[in-house]
Amino acid sequence: MYGFLIGVGVLLLLSIIWMVYRIQTLVSVVKGSDKKIASGSNKVNAILFVLFLVGTTILMFWYSIKEFKNYQLPIASEHGVVTDQLFWITMAVTGIVFLITHVLLFVFPYKYQYKEDRKATFYPDNNKLEIIWTIVPGVVLAGLVISGWMAWSDITAPAPEKAHVVEIMGYQFAWEIRYPGQDNVLGDYDYRLITASNSHGVDFTDKNSIDDFPSSKVVIPKGEPVLFKIRARDVLHSVFAPHMRLKMDAVPGMPTRFWFVPTKTTEEMRAELNNPEFEYEIACTEVCGRGHFSMRKVIEVVEPEAYQKWMVEQKSFIQQNPALAENLNAETKELAEIQISKSKK
Amino acid sequence: MATATVAPHDEAAHEHHEHHDNFITKYIFTQDHKMIGKQFLITGMFWAIIGGFLSILFRFQLGFPEMSMEFLRPLLGGWIDESGALDPNFYLALVTMHGTIMVFFVLTAGLSGTFSNYLIPLQIGARDMASGFMNMLSYWFFFLSGVIMFISLFIKTGPASGGWVVYPPLSALEQAIPGSGLGMTLWLISMTFFIVSSLLGGINYITTVINLRTKGMSFSRLPLTIWAFFLTAVIGLLSFPVLFAAALLLVFDRSFGTSFYLSDIYIGGEALPNTGGSPVLYQHLFWFLGHPEVYIVLLPALGITSEVIATNSRKPIFGYKAMIISMLGITILSFIVWAHHMFVSGMNPFLGSIFMFLTLIIAVPSAVKVFNYLTTLWRGNLIFTPAMLFSIGLVSFFISGGLTGIFLGNSAIDIQLHDTYFVVAHFHLVMGSASFFGLMAGVYHWFPKMFGRMMDAKLGYIHFWLTFTGVYLVFFPMHYIGIAGFPRRYYSWTNFNFADMYTDLNMFVSVAAIITFAAQFIFIFNFFYSMYRGRKATLNPWRSNTLEWTTPLYPEHGNWPGEIPTVYRWPYDYSKPGAAEDFIPQTVPLSATPESNLPHEQEMVALEMEIMKDESEVLVANESKH
Repeated sequence: MYGFLIGVGVLLLLSIIWMVYRIQTLVSVVKGSDKKIASGSNKVNAILFVLFLVGTTILMFWYSIKEFKNYQLPIASEHGVVTDQLFWITMAVTGIVFLITHVLLFVFPYKYQYKEDRKATFYPDNNKLEIIWTIVPGVVLAGLVISGWMAWSDITAPAPEKAHVVEIMGYQFAWEIRYPGQDNVLGDYDYRLITASNSHGVDFTDKNSIDDFPSSKVVIPKGEPVLFKIRARDVLHSVFAPHMRLKMDAVPGMPTRFWFVPTKTTEEMRAELNNPEFEYEIACTEVCGRGHFSMRKVIEVVEPEAYQKWMVEQKSFIQQNPALAENLNAETKELAEIQISKSKK
Repeated sequence: MATATVAPHDEAAHEHHEHHDNFITKYIFTQDHKMIGKQFLITGMFWAIIGGFLSILFRFQLGFPEMSMEFLRPLLGGWIDESGALDPNFYLALVTMHGTIMVFFVLTAGLSGTFSNYLIPLQIGARDMASGFMNMLSYWFFFLSGVIMFISLFIKTGPASGGWVVYPPLSALEQAIPGSGLGMTLWLISMTFFIVSSLLGGINYITTVINLRTKGMSFSRLPLTIWAFFLTAVIGLLSFPVLFAAALLLVFDRSFGTSFYLSDIYIGGEALPNTGGSPVLYQHLFWFLGHPEVYIVLLPALGITSEVIATNSRKPIFGYKAMIISMLGITILSFIVWAHHMFVSGMNPFLGSIFMFLTLIIAVPSAVKVFNYLTTLWRGNLIFTPAMLFSIGLVSFFISGGLTGIFLGNSAIDIQLHDTYFVVAHFHLVMGSASFFGLMAGVYHWFPKMFGRMMDAKLGYIHFWLTFTGVYLVFFPMHYIGIAGFPRRYYSWTNFNFADMYTDLNMFVSVAAIITFAAQFIFIFNFFYSMYRGRKATLNPWRSNTLEWTTPLYPEHGNWPGEIPTVYRWPYDYSKPGAAEDFIPQTVPLSATPESNLPHEQEMVALEMEIMKDESEVLVANESKH
């Protein structure tokens, strides 16, 4: 019934629009205004441009200021401060250009709308002007590029030796975390070793892997460099930690990396935002299939002491599942058994 | 050279007596560039409706995630699950198809295909394209490609769903997503035909512009539209084959067990045998087309805008040479910036630095173009035809979207913004909406030439203002969402604390999108109604200088009934001091306008007289041969 009523309403509306359209067409033919070079609509359009300029400018400033706290995510890494600063510098520069060009673009139509008694100025070129507005943007852009390039070089420089290593592996549709254990060296892996009980494909014949341990969340210390070693098991994924201003694709067959220094613990951030539920998160930003939108992992930033304490408490893969150590050669098996016996104490 | 210019005249004279078109040769397998242009236009409009409609479907999901989609079941069938929700796989298919259709079928074929075909011969003074047959093939390969893509929308496993960039391994492995099965195969076949179509078209455009210009139409007298179409064709010719190579290797990986892009993959409970491939290789190959593609859709729109703004400002385009140089600059630079799409793909960060520098250089010629448009408006005598409104709208989008490109081209800032809604906002403004507005400006401006009737201006104004505000209301808010870190291609954001907000803004965007989409039907109505019932057009309704307005109202195949007119001046002699009218068509000799000639033009008059004398002698000689 409602559908029928809506249908009738739409039909009525369309027929009214149609009639208005026909009437205005006929009126314009009678008045002969369709023969004129510029009809009365010319003025209306000119005014609309100015109204559009004023209206949208107010709307833009109002919303940008009102929502600032919502869209400006708090920064929780050292390089994030730099990149955000670059972002806002670029915003200021482009914002000025945006406003000036748009004021000109929308005021000119009003100011220079068609008048029968006026003739446009024949002004085909001016090389001086062209040179000025080639060089000025060039110089401004060079400034932006160079500051961006310096930041980029710092961010992508090799990680410090002492950086805490965390391996993040993406697969459809979750992340798995592996820590290198006390030796801070991750053991080898091979995708052909992946089984139900060894989802990382860790190669336990490598001594370095004996103390590697999994974790359900990424725990990292505040104020110390952290190196994410990133890989993927099936298709492309991308590690995105918005508060850390960190993003790096996870590529099957090609391990990638990103290092950074977290600056605020989860607790500090909770206090700052007055939100006891707050968690740092990792999301996937490279389309990877049906569950792309649900690849969440929590990052917990803690004080360095708490981090050390947490490390010690973790159980390695082998401790959790001694069966993994069964087919190893004598030497590594011994190391593995020491590990297993440690956990039993 | 003299014989070369005269020969086509001769040929055309024969054509007039012998050529009798039947329905099929006139409307279907036509070799007339004007009809082929219209075929591209109508097909492009069909695809624009499909592509737009797909976006409305996923905007439903994003704006109203809680809403039951039951009402779409008659259309989408099994893609709506029992609880009335949209299937997440199909959501990805919608996004993918929206991108593919809009970029390739609407903005490449619909824009470049339509106007390059329609305008090149008319504006350079040629009877037709260099090869009418290849031109016809170009359309029919495009048509075939469209048919295949259309079929892929309806198959059981759904169309390709890995994003319009179809990155492997997702697009290579059927286990990864159902759309990578038959749907992806059809996508690849369809794109292959599309590439063939683009190349056939591009070769033709280039050849025609170089070889078939009428007497006097030197490169320095070409309208900027033609310069834009010419450079677009060059870009397409050089970059589309690379996409073909990328696609071919993907076909091999998918069907013949090679490992160009695949390595170390464990999926669906088994380890695949492929090793040694690199998904990043695909990204390099894809973006080697993908980035120039941005300029393939944008340059024609900028060319059309230059023409429309100059005509309706009653002023010469400011900095004609600077415009050409900046287009040349964009053409060349467009080939060496591709990897700015890959700053965080895992490629060597040093490459990132190089591409950041190159990318920001390309902003300079773009800025020059904007300043030149502004100066053209300055002290003009502006007539707001719908085409003019859409051109001004284009300049606005070009500025807004171009400026956000400065953020994204900076690799340090791009770390945070890559693959967020900021990127979506950026390219929809600068590439999507700007090019779309160029297309609209072109249709409104050349409709009288295409169909001999005028489109209704008032409906055009309503269409413009609804679309212009609509586009800004859709895409401007996306910047905020993007700065807040919302990732692209997400079915829903509620899984994350950081993105569990802006439901109101997303709803707003969806409503704006629906209204903007609905407003396009005003255009569709105006277009088809005016085609049959519109006011009869005059021969030169916009009082324009270019050659196409010297043809009859309904030009036959061959364009000019008699001789092809000769060109004596550049196309932008608007409001020349001393001239009686505010425009002097390109066909008016300098010797006929001593009152308005500039000093250096006055010097050329003698030369011109000499050439005219030679020309008339040749004509007399030709006449006597018959």
